[in-house]
Amino acid sequence: MNLTLKIWRQTDAVDKGKIHTYEVAGISQDMSFLEMLDVLNEQLNELGEEPIAFDSDCREGICGMCSLMINGEPHGPEVTTTCQLHMRSFNDGDTITIEPWRSGAFPVVKDLVVDRSAFDRIIQSGGYISANTGSAPEANSVPVPRDNAVRAFNVATCIGCGACVAACPNGSASLFLGAKITHLGELPQGQPERWSRVVDMTAQHDYEGFGGCTNIGECAAACPKEIPLDVISQLNRDLRTAMKHGH
Amino acid sequence: MALSGLAFVGFVLGHMYGNLKAFSGHDAFNEYAHHLRELGEPMLPHMGFIWIMRGGLLLALIIHVACAIELTRRAKKARPVKYVVKKHTGAIPASRLMRWGGLTLFLFIVWHLVNFTFGKVNVQGGSTDDPYNLLVDTFDVWWMTLIYLAAMAMLGAHLHHGVWSSMQTLGLTGTAEARARVKTISFAIAILIAGGFSLVPIAVLTGLIER
Amino acid sequence: MTDMPDTTLTSDHSHDEPSAGAYDDASGYYTLGEPIADTKAPAGDIADRWQTRKFEARLVNPANRRKLSIIIVGTGLAGGAAAATLGEAGYNVKSFCYQDSPRRAHSIAAQGGINAAKNYKEDGDSTHRLFYDTVKGGDYRSRESNVYRLAEVSTNIIDQCVAQGVPFAREYGGLLDNRSFGGVQVSRTFYARGQTGQQLLIGAYQAMERQVKLGTVTEYTRHEMLEVIVADGQARGIIARDMVTGAIETHLADVVVLASGGYGNVFYLSTNAMGSNVTAAWRAHRKGAYMANPCYTQIHPTCIPVSGDHQSKLTLMSESLRNDGRIWVPKKAEDCAKDPRDIPEEDRDYYLERIYPSFGNLVPRDIASRQAKNMCDEGRGVGPMVGDFRRGVYLDFKDAIARLGKDAIEEKYDNLLDMYERITGENPYEVPMRIYPAVHYVMGGLWVDYDLQSSIKGLFVTGEANFSDHGANRLGASALMQGLADGYFVLPHTIRDYLSDGPFEEIGEDHPAVTEARADVEARIEKFLSINGSRSVDSFHRELGHIMWEYCGMERTAEGLRKAIDMIRELKREFWSDLKVLGTADSLNQSLEKAGRVADFIELGELMCIDALNRRESCGGHFRGESQTEDGEALRHDDEFAYVAAWEWGGDAASNDMGTPILHKEDLVYTAIEMKQRSYK
Repeated sequence: MNLTLKIWRQTDAVDKGKIHTYEVAGISQDMSFLEMLDVLNEQLNELGEEPIAFDSDCREGICGMCSLMINGEPHGPEVTTTCQLHMRSFNDGDTITIEPWRSGAFPVVKDLVVDRSAFDRIIQSGGYISANTGSAPEANSVPVPRDNAVRAFNVATCIGCGACVAACPNGSASLFLGAKITHLGELPQGQPERWSRVVDMTAQHDYEGFGGCTNIGECAAACPKEIPLDVISQLNRDLRTAMKHGH
Repeated sequence: MALSGLAFVGFVLGHMYGNLKAFSGHDAFNEYAHHLRELGEPMLPHMGFIWIMRGGLLLALIIHVACAIELTRRAKKARPVKYVVKKHTGAIPASRLMRWGGLTLFLFIVWHLVNFTFGKVNVQGGSTDDPYNLLVDTFDVWWMTLIYLAAMAMLGAHLHHGVWSSMQTLGLTGTAEARARVKTISFAIAILIAGGFSLVPIAVLTGLIER
Repeated sequence: MTDMPDTTLTSDHSHDEPSAGAYDDASGYYTLGEPIADTKAPAGDIADRWQTRKFEARLVNPANRRKLSIIIVGTGLAGGAAAATLGEAGYNVKSFCYQDSPRRAHSIAAQGGINAAKNYKEDGDSTHRLFYDTVKGGDYRSRESNVYRLAEVSTNIIDQCVAQGVPFAREYGGLLDNRSFGGVQVSRTFYARGQTGQQLLIGAYQAMERQVKLGTVTEYTRHEMLEVIVADGQARGIIARDMVTGAIETHLADVVVLASGGYGNVFYLSTNAMGSNVTAAWRAHRKGAYMANPCYTQIHPTCIPVSGDHQSKLTLMSESLRNDGRIWVPKKAEDCAKDPRDIPEEDRDYYLERIYPSFGNLVPRDIASRQAKNMCDEGRGVGPMVGDFRRGVYLDFKDAIARLGKDAIEEKYDNLLDMYERITGENPYEVPMRIYPAVHYVMGGLWVDYDLQSSIKGLFVTGEANFSDHGANRLGASALMQGLADGYFVLPHTIRDYLSDGPFEEIGEDHPAVTEARADVEARIEKFLSINGSRSVDSFHRELGHIMWEYCGMERTAEGLRKAIDMIRELKREFWSDLKVLGTADSLNQSLEKAGRVADFIELGELMCIDALNRRESCGGHFRGESQTEDGEALRHDDEFAYVAAWEWGGDAASNDMGTPILHKEDLVYTAIEMKQRSYK
């Protein structure tokens, strides 16, 4: 298939950047979206134009490195990551617009690459259970009800890609935040730090410049791991309880 | 945001109930309007209840608007560069109308207060001291009804998302089932209130209610 | 190999025909050096060695720890866990990763689970059994002291991870669930659905981030280590490139830890991440760290096949699919392009069932992989033409669906079959799936002693980057175990013995070792950008991958390997004269990053071929065509090759662009286990 690609190009963080238009031909529908971009980059390299920078690593949908706003949707039209999106989701002759995640907290580094270290700082502010190596009790000494374990797992599948932020009209990272709050809050091991965790992480979230949540729900629709909106409800609930506890 | 919003939901439900009194005729409606002024007497002074309500509503409005402004400001800051193309998968249209809808409702409320409460404007030039007659005179004018219905559509949309959103903010939608339930309830409340308010003007315009 | 049956026979060397002693296949390609030995493992009963070593390893006063700095390269299970633990202990840790966040290291992609000898099922598991299974699974090519320690600390890992909030699968009573994995007969695998690696990595990442907040760990993301600084015989730091600004940075420390993962991407197509590379390890190798057993690669039989030349990576599917799927290819080459549903039963060749009637589709990984390749080489592969032939065989669920019903299959394999459909666009319930082997893990890596210290003093190597625990083949669910064992429980103890001599005399940025390393890095980058040839980095990488896959893949022969070495040398020449890298050095430049990695892969590829050529035996993930039984099974030669091949860099200078590498042999001595030869009859 032949495609017209409108791709955001920006040389570095300070450059203003703009959309460039490229044509690619002979794209197989078995290619992944990123392989299609690889083809374009080979083409550009040949022509002497610097290849387009974009992030990807595992290319199997788990590392969360790939991003891309594809025709106005994070990771494109399917519920999956960009690396697992295949060209059969598009038609011959399509025009595809590709942009980086847009968030003040995720500044563009170059072309389609953004800096998501704000997520790391949110985790640093409390997204863990303090358990020094070697201090752990025998693993089966604290049973965890299966339902709690299942819910914790389901939300712990977050890959930290930032699609929720990219999709959110408010630029909020509440889904990311709520997923971690819910994961650790569901487990008995997470209880001692539960209330300080939610307050500290929320404060860091706001400090990073992410927007406030107005429960629109585009985040959950964009999430390649289908993290449900109820983690945001849990986040709010925990925040309320924490304030009650005087945090 | 959620709590002040819910205060408004309570208010509009009561307000709507009062409006529907119009179907009981001139005297019943005016009686109701008059009674509101005397509610709580003698514990409260005359108009006491009304002023408490007004005070409460004003406070809620200030909180609601302040929160809205803060959220909007943060949202703008959070996305300094806009997308060239952006779809809104997963969002109900109402959720994206909240800011414009809020502004529209604010303007409407101002006009509405001028119309019925403080200014008492009768666009047909008739008397303004009889609530029932003022109501009928107002909605007999097609474009007044149209403005009103448009505002009610906006109110419905605002509630459709707002009620759900407040429950989510209060952390009451922690499971998929609860979420589905609250979404249904919000939709029902939106239809109930917007529909309930719309009945009177439509009835006036179609002649079902007349002086 | 993980499916290895328990019918192994005691080896009888008189049957190992022909003896390898008569050959020196790699003659002329290498120089024989002095033998080496691991001097750190204590003697005595194997069960006491680790306790003894922990006791004998000297302590560092807590007050002194923050004066001691540690550089850790890589943030996967081994690197992330080590950073967290050493940070908790109070050392001053600098952590480096090339990704934009430590959470993205490729440990995250491990699916199956993590082994631990908890014996929760009371099914006869024990430290000794896990040790035994691992050594046997490794085809008796690992170091027994290391493996025993791995089995010993495995149980602590589970405790630690649970305390961190890793959401392992649980039973209804709230206790941890286990499954049997990879054909072993006890249930010792802990798992978190099909995303165990992800959950364990996030646990280590969170522990590490906590230390970042506490100030003990500083993280450097989007940084790539390009050189190790060896001053006065000691590793004292690294030269790294900030991948965003292009700045070349010097980072000095008292000790350097490489936890930089495996080099499966030397094959271009593998299940590794796009960025996984050998550069950190290879740079250390060039500075004196020995590379051990580089030819041991694990090839996984059930991956989604290549769909065309555009393919950038391969995706693994759980081997469990072979429990119910039947593997076949058409009997006649002319049927290969047909719709498989139109090929009648009598024209299908269920080749594994035919060749191995007792194990059928459940033969070990290496056999299943090799036979699939044989079928395709014969021209009976299926799927799209890639290059000059079809690379794929059918894995058919038709009979299983008829027998168990579609619902049962869906329940068992749903997410796998969904993933397959998403990638291939074919519905596996209707059309037989296509599978093909792919490189998945490397057992080889930098040589380390019992303390995980390489042959460079002060350079420690953990996780997949070292060679130590898996011998010639790794068991399923053991990679995660090793990464975390090294990071949480082994390195923090062994490194303190080294650090108790520190802090070492400060070296400045003007130390000749530093300036020289910096100059080398800068010159290399400058060179990549100035060759200005005509070929992209990817085209060289792809070509290297083809060579490695064809000649140093599932089946290796002396003739093929010699050919491969020639081809790689030619490729290397072309690379350095016809490479085209656009852009600049002072900004994010992904082609430039790849150029450095591919340059190192090319040199590694040559060493892998030499190692494979030298090892004229078949063991684990290394199959030499010249060393097989009459039935085509792998044949070890314990009399000749029961050693670790530790290769020393021989220099650039020889006539063929590369000095001959120097082979140091470390004899493998088993005191707690008896060597046996496997059999599938």
